[in-house]
Amino acid sequence: MSALTLSPSEISPVRRILGGALRSREIAVAVVLVLVIAVTTVKNSHFLFGDNSWRDLLLTPSILLILAVGQAAVIITRNVDLSVGSVVGLTAYLTGRIFIAHPGTPVFLVFLIGLGFGAVLGLVNGVLVAWGKVPALVITLGTMYIYRGIFLSWAGSNRVNASDMPDSFLNLGTKQIASIPVLFLLAVVVLAVVGYYLYTARGGRELYAIGSDPDAADLYGLKVTRRILAAFLLSGAMAGLAGVATAARYGTVSSNAGLNLELQAVGAAVIGGVAIFGGSGTVWGAAIGAFLLVTINRALPVLGVQDFWQQFVVGVLIIGSIVLDRVLSVRRDRKIIEARDNA
Amino acid sequence: MTSATVGDTAPTTRTYPAYSRPLWRRVLLTREFAIIALLVLVFAWAAGNVANFNSPLTIYFLGLDNAEIMLIALPMALVIITGEIDLSVASVVGLSSVMVGILHQDAGLSIPLAGLIAILVGVVAGALNGFLVAYVGLPSLAVTIGTQALFRGLAVGLLGTTAKTDFPTKWTNLAQQHIGNTRYPVIVIPILVLLVIFVWLLHFSSFGRGVFEIGLNDEAAHFSGVNVARTKFILFILTAAVSAAAGIYITLRTGNARGDNATGDELKVIAAVLLGGVSIFGGRGALHGVVAGVLLIGVIQSAMRLENQTVNVINIVIGALLVLSVMSTSVLAWLSKQSARRTGLGTLRRRQAVASSSSTTER
Repeated sequence: MSALTLSPSEISPVRRILGGALRSREIAVAVVLVLVIAVTTVKNSHFLFGDNSWRDLLLTPSILLILAVGQAAVIITRNVDLSVGSVVGLTAYLTGRIFIAHPGTPVFLVFLIGLGFGAVLGLVNGVLVAWGKVPALVITLGTMYIYRGIFLSWAGSNRVNASDMPDSFLNLGTKQIASIPVLFLLAVVVLAVVGYYLYTARGGRELYAIGSDPDAADLYGLKVTRRILAAFLLSGAMAGLAGVATAARYGTVSSNAGLNLELQAVGAAVIGGVAIFGGSGTVWGAAIGAFLLVTINRALPVLGVQDFWQQFVVGVLIIGSIVLDRVLSVRRDRKIIEARDNA
Repeated sequence: MTSATVGDTAPTTRTYPAYSRPLWRRVLLTREFAIIALLVLVFAWAAGNVANFNSPLTIYFLGLDNAEIMLIALPMALVIITGEIDLSVASVVGLSSVMVGILHQDAGLSIPLAGLIAILVGVVAGALNGFLVAYVGLPSLAVTIGTQALFRGLAVGLLGTTAKTDFPTKWTNLAQQHIGNTRYPVIVIPILVLLVIFVWLLHFSSFGRGVFEIGLNDEAAHFSGVNVARTKFILFILTAAVSAAAGIYITLRTGNARGDNATGDELKVIAAVLLGGVSIFGGRGALHGVVAGVLLIGVIQSAMRLENQTVNVINIVIGALLVLSVMSTSVLAWLSKQSARRTGLGTLRRRQAVASSSSTTER
């Protein structure tokens, strides 16, 4: 007998899904990405159809893609993790040291160790942020210095060279399955798992709730501390994974490994539509943002822009995307108010 | 009638003290003073135990090497007190350095004129930050991550990987000169001038009260007549202008105009400001703490360098100090909450005891 308070949408499902997709940020960034690739390929067909072009196109963004996934999860909870660059450097060096000490270590185990080591470093961040009730910006700024310092004092003037690592590991950096690089597959698997979790699982949805309004989430009875801890743990683990991938991809690990990656990861997430104030955005968006960032960097020299200008373009992109977000949200708010007044 | 009696009985003098705590506790038991005490301790320890620390050169290089951090930390403290942040300062330093190099060597302008234009470029850069944050209402963290890349990209793009190195010795020497026969470098003079200006601005002007109020609650500040947007706009311009000035100083001191000058310095500045007791939440902080924070990092660095520690260990120490200093605030707050609960319970018991005793006497 009870009447529905909300009538089902009269728009057909097909149009609804299509409309939603057209308005979504992820699609918009993906379109820009495709445009960049298309324009560059028209200019120089080697960009897409050269010998190793297809591989490089997928392989180069993989590491930032993994980082952006972890960073997005943290930013969604209204925090930020500035220590990821240092974690990447530290884990990459650890990977090299493991192979130097135990040349026969299985590659799979090394990945697990990197993942676990990064997770521990992330957990330290999480504990300090969640239990100390201190802004993540400050804590991760501090741990960024600490982790980098540990890395540098451990490494000293040493560096890990390609000859220190087994071929089976280094091959991962270039190996392909059905013309798709292994590292890219790894990034996609990580993206799919984390993305699906954030999209459907209770724990993932709670991250959004915490980011939209931490106090409300707490009053509602969500385990805010535990969720924030988990988000930082994820970000640390992703950085650890990216560290091992860095070692495999580049073969050498010197003292500047992972330097300044943190702001690129945050930038990728922001371009992909993850709001810096938490509560909105998806890891898909962050991943496409990372893809776009790296691809633009590679496309600029082909387009005749000196690669010194890359950072400038990145800055324009970040500012443009947050201004765009603002304009869209203002327009949406106005529509909601209009709808309310007309009702 | 009634209004008259109310007027008559209204107290003309305050019957309670202006402050709940005595003066010495208000001055000494603060975060700022804790940092100053730590600075004095570290300095005294280093002077006694680190070889060559107690030489005139230490003070000279302390001033020379930390000048740009000190300069930028002053306006940055004000920005952070309003609850905002500026991550683009080091990029403005780089941009200004490149501007000086290009204007002096390619356009043939004199150093003062080139410097003036570089500061104007800084003002424009700060106006962009300030406009996006204050008037468009975007989060400053995101905006200045973007402009950090933007300004750095502009600097690197203009000069590429080349560097301008040919500056008149008159100016490069000036940047390294001592004041008279003292052990202090000349750069200390502009630092002191700016310090006086910023102390006045933050602690002795109505603008400064507005800065604190915005940090505590910007809506309340708005309703009590503080022009929130204009205040933030001005602060971002000030920060970028001072950063541009620091860029000129770095260019002259090193005799080197490069696009990647001062890369990563924004985090050093923020670390020093937060170490000095400015709250990242805004609304709290004082400039004597900020000065002590910058000096503390500088003294630790020079002492450890003299002890032949590499930059790596210094990184660890600075990071640990930063984490400990912010954690200490939370720990102290938690402790005082605990003790307040305890004393709260104590007064409750006392009241109950008084109530029960008075009721027994009535009986």
